[in-house]
Amino acid sequence: MLFGKKNRPVVSTATLRNAYDRRSFVIGTMGAGVGMLLAVRMGYIAIAENEKYATEAESNRVNLSLIPPRRGWLLDRHGAPLASNRADFRVDLIPDRLTNPEKTINTLGELLGLDAAALAELKDKVGDARGFQPVEVGSGLDFSQFAAVSVRLPEMPGVVPQRGFSRFYPTGPAVGHLVGYVGPASAEEYELDRNPLLITPGYKIGKDGLEKQFEVKLRGVPGARRVEVTASGRIVRDLDTREDIQGNPIKLTIDGPLQDYAARRLGLESGSVVVMDCATGDLLCMASMPSFDPNSFSDGIGRVEYSMLSQDERVPLRNKVLKGLYPPGSTVKPMVSMAFMKEGLDPEESVFCGGGLRVGNRVFRCWKRGGHGQVNMAKGIYQSCDVYFYHFAQRIGMDPIALMARRYGMGQQFPLPVTSQFYGTVPDPKWKMEKYGQPWAAFDTVNATIGQGYMLANPLQLAVMATRLATAKEVMPRLVLDGKKPRFRDMGVSNEHELLIRQAMSDVVNGPGTAGRGRLPFDDIKIAGKTGTAQVVSLAKSDGKSGPWKYRDHGLFIFFAPFDNPRYAGAVVIEHGGGSGAAYPIARDVMTFLFDAQKGLEQLYMLEKQWGGTAQERLARKYATFAAQAGEAVAPVPRRDEEIFDRVDAEARAAAQQPVTQATDAAINRSDIGDSAPPSAPQDGADE
Amino acid sequence: MNSIVPAAVARQPWQMLIPLFVLVGFGAAVLFSAAGGHMQPFSASHIVRFGVFLLMASIMVRFSRNFVKFAAFPAYGGVLLLLLAVEAMGAMGGGSQRWLNIGPLVLQPSELMKPVIVLVMAKFYATLPSGMIPTWRALVPAGALIAVPMGLVLVQPDLGTALAIGFGGALVMFLAGLPMRWFVGAGAAGAVLAPLAFFFGLKEYQQRRVTTFLDPENDPLGSGYHIMQSKIAIGSGGFSGKGFNEGSQSHLNYLPEPHTDFVFATMAEEWGLLGGLLVIVIFGIILRWGLQVAKRSNDRFSKLLAAGMVGTIFFYVAINLMMVMGLAPVVGIPLPFMSHGGSSMMTNMICIGTLMMVNRWNRESPRSGLSG
Repeated sequence: MLFGKKNRPVVSTATLRNAYDRRSFVIGTMGAGVGMLLAVRMGYIAIAENEKYATEAESNRVNLSLIPPRRGWLLDRHGAPLASNRADFRVDLIPDRLTNPEKTINTLGELLGLDAAALAELKDKVGDARGFQPVEVGSGLDFSQFAAVSVRLPEMPGVVPQRGFSRFYPTGPAVGHLVGYVGPASAEEYELDRNPLLITPGYKIGKDGLEKQFEVKLRGVPGARRVEVTASGRIVRDLDTREDIQGNPIKLTIDGPLQDYAARRLGLESGSVVVMDCATGDLLCMASMPSFDPNSFSDGIGRVEYSMLSQDERVPLRNKVLKGLYPPGSTVKPMVSMAFMKEGLDPEESVFCGGGLRVGNRVFRCWKRGGHGQVNMAKGIYQSCDVYFYHFAQRIGMDPIALMARRYGMGQQFPLPVTSQFYGTVPDPKWKMEKYGQPWAAFDTVNATIGQGYMLANPLQLAVMATRLATAKEVMPRLVLDGKKPRFRDMGVSNEHELLIRQAMSDVVNGPGTAGRGRLPFDDIKIAGKTGTAQVVSLAKSDGKSGPWKYRDHGLFIFFAPFDNPRYAGAVVIEHGGGSGAAYPIARDVMTFLFDAQKGLEQLYMLEKQWGGTAQERLARKYATFAAQAGEAVAPVPRRDEEIFDRVDAEARAAAQQPVTQATDAAINRSDIGDSAPPSAPQDGADE
Repeated sequence: MNSIVPAAVARQPWQMLIPLFVLVGFGAAVLFSAAGGHMQPFSASHIVRFGVFLLMASIMVRFSRNFVKFAAFPAYGGVLLLLLAVEAMGAMGGGSQRWLNIGPLVLQPSELMKPVIVLVMAKFYATLPSGMIPTWRALVPAGALIAVPMGLVLVQPDLGTALAIGFGGALVMFLAGLPMRWFVGAGAAGAVLAPLAFFFGLKEYQQRRVTTFLDPENDPLGSGYHIMQSKIAIGSGGFSGKGFNEGSQSHLNYLPEPHTDFVFATMAEEWGLLGGLLVIVIFGIILRWGLQVAKRSNDRFSKLLAAGMVGTIFFYVAINLMMVMGLAPVVGIPLPFMSHGGSSMMTNMICIGTLMMVNRWNRESPRSGLSG
């Protein structure tokens, strides 16, 4: 450029000025070029890509937060909530927005009734907190406190009263296994269902039982709140809010007060009560105790409370109605009798019971060592004579009995909205060959006919069996009310046979049978049933009635009432109750409550006085003791005392007024039943 | 001449001053918005500083050419000493530092070096006999004059300012008429050395700025955040902006440094493309005036001095705007006359004052019609 191809370029002032002019022109042009480039670039960003960046600026600015939807209620058959939502009032502080922290906190302390220690702790927390992280002042507040804080908001900047909902189960442990509980979604659950709602703080999904089964229906539609936020996440102002839509309620066949009563009546025992409506198959009650309090699960159960539940040998975490499998014991005898008659056995044909029967090289004893003397079918049932069944079962064979057992619901899985059900075993020769590779032996039949040996059933199956015995229809249990009245196939049992079995089962209680103290305290309503005792260990190890709890016999009782026109049927199973004497008094009281709530409650109050409070109270006390041993201080759970929720406990039934009467055809007009019943025999004793 | 306006007022370079006042006023408005609609803390001090430095510039205007020539090397030496003092303070304070605290004043000597390097280079080439221009004697002392302050600033470390110093010095060398092939050669060497410098010369955070500049979406929450948010601010402004005080990116703190390095993005969000073009055009007017001043001057020293000052302002503007629009890495160079900050205002007002001074020299001794 610069003259310069020669070895000695001649450089003078003039050439330099010339060079300056050319070069400064180049520089000026390049500068102008850069200016043009910048203008074009800016035009491109601001005009061509405007839409993209406007969207991004908006998504920066606006923060969309989901408002968890209120969960649908779970209602009992009368429309009272078994699971509802409690308005949960809480107050938070945003330290960064406090103008006068000392004064604000003191005012809050006054309004919320915080003590000095709580105030000091709160002040520490506010001191340590940084920025916009809210500090919780109080939760579970009642409405008056919440309102008091809300009214004084203008003078307390930085105080944020919030309203949320938490799941509430008015009868607590009574519905724990049936209804399940809710909790925050786990990582696995979020993997399965990538719904952003699941990771919204405060949202809880059904974790067990009906809450889990009906999750989608109960969930509802979340609301949304659009707020303007700064880069550091501070909320500047609310833009708009969409209300949530509450999930659909689900109306169950369960009778809330009955469920509560049955659960409480189980008392200190470990067991379950199932009651069904004979006409519809409606499950009125599926109580399983001991249980957990789904309220504390839903609030996020503590480590101590969980370890208390999981260490308990009475497995409060297992739903015994569906997942407890027991040898049905003598409760199968009416069903076995049906099989006998179907195979042509004359019910009057009798056998002599001398206290035992030799089968092969082994003597099978009747439960009554002294023997029953001459026994026909009816006596075989009401006296529960084992020898009668040993004898005729060998004649009839196992296959007809197994077939009949299945028809009566044993080994059956029912189409219910439950997370799982164990369906047990109805053994027959084919099954044994498959399972153990051994041929069926005569003593297997003998064992099976008295419901021992391989035979296993859950309490729901036993209740279905009782219902089918009572109605001679293939009644199917159901858990959800759909307004339809189901129709069931006939079992194909002759009326004569049906009546004979019913009468024999009535005699178990009302005649010379094994459950004489199971009578209902009514003149005109009689209960029919069948006792059962299932051995857990051999007689050599324990007599089944005393000794270590876990070696005691299971007590069982299946029943229906009234015996001549069955409306309700069910089953009670008491784990290690020491015999059926532990089971049928419970059935008696539950049925008493069903026909006359007041009478049932009187009995319950007497017992609860001995046991030391209701199931909920005992559970709370047990937890406190356990926690004390574990060395942890337990804050007492604040009692929830809104009256509206008290409609599903047993007392609500007894109250003269029913707040809601959405009676179905299965409901009973309680005012005209049994005011003049004789006093009951309240002792619980083993008759077998 | 016959105007009612006094001659002393009329002879001021209003074709540059009025756009400059508009720009500073506009800058103050943007800073008003960046402070959330308040004069404090940015806007008021911005205007006060401009006034103070305008006063300083009007004093500078009175300097004679000989005085300035005479003062060039002492000034260079003084600023070099200040730079060393910063290094010493940093070493004693146990960390790197760019500022000197002199009483209430916070002085950043590396900023002062930007106009001073131009001054000293102009002086050097003005006194160098023309015959020596194509020889090593034109290159080596000048190279040393540039390299020493650049090195001192680089160890601070402040890459942006070091590059600005290098740019100012190189520009004067280029305009002084050094052989073209040297620049071509240096460019080629630079192309070879740049990757080496990148991998071995730059600190990790500086490397990351460069890689992020090349792919900002790759790291939207890390160092790409600044570029992304700046582009969002400019892009969401659209043609006419969101309106004064309505910029969400700056008001909600998404935009980093909305009052200093990214003030252009703050402006563009609220004033849109129109505001952006106004700023670019005003800078164009000021810089074009500067080049004309250089062109009109009739001695080599004045020419090189004026052009170098124009180059220094240009470097600020170009790098800053390229940075906020995602065309250059984030190097921390403010936008002259708009960004809040005393050091940058001082440097740029020294440049403007120098240009006005050269403008006065031109007026008082018009160049002869013969000297082409």
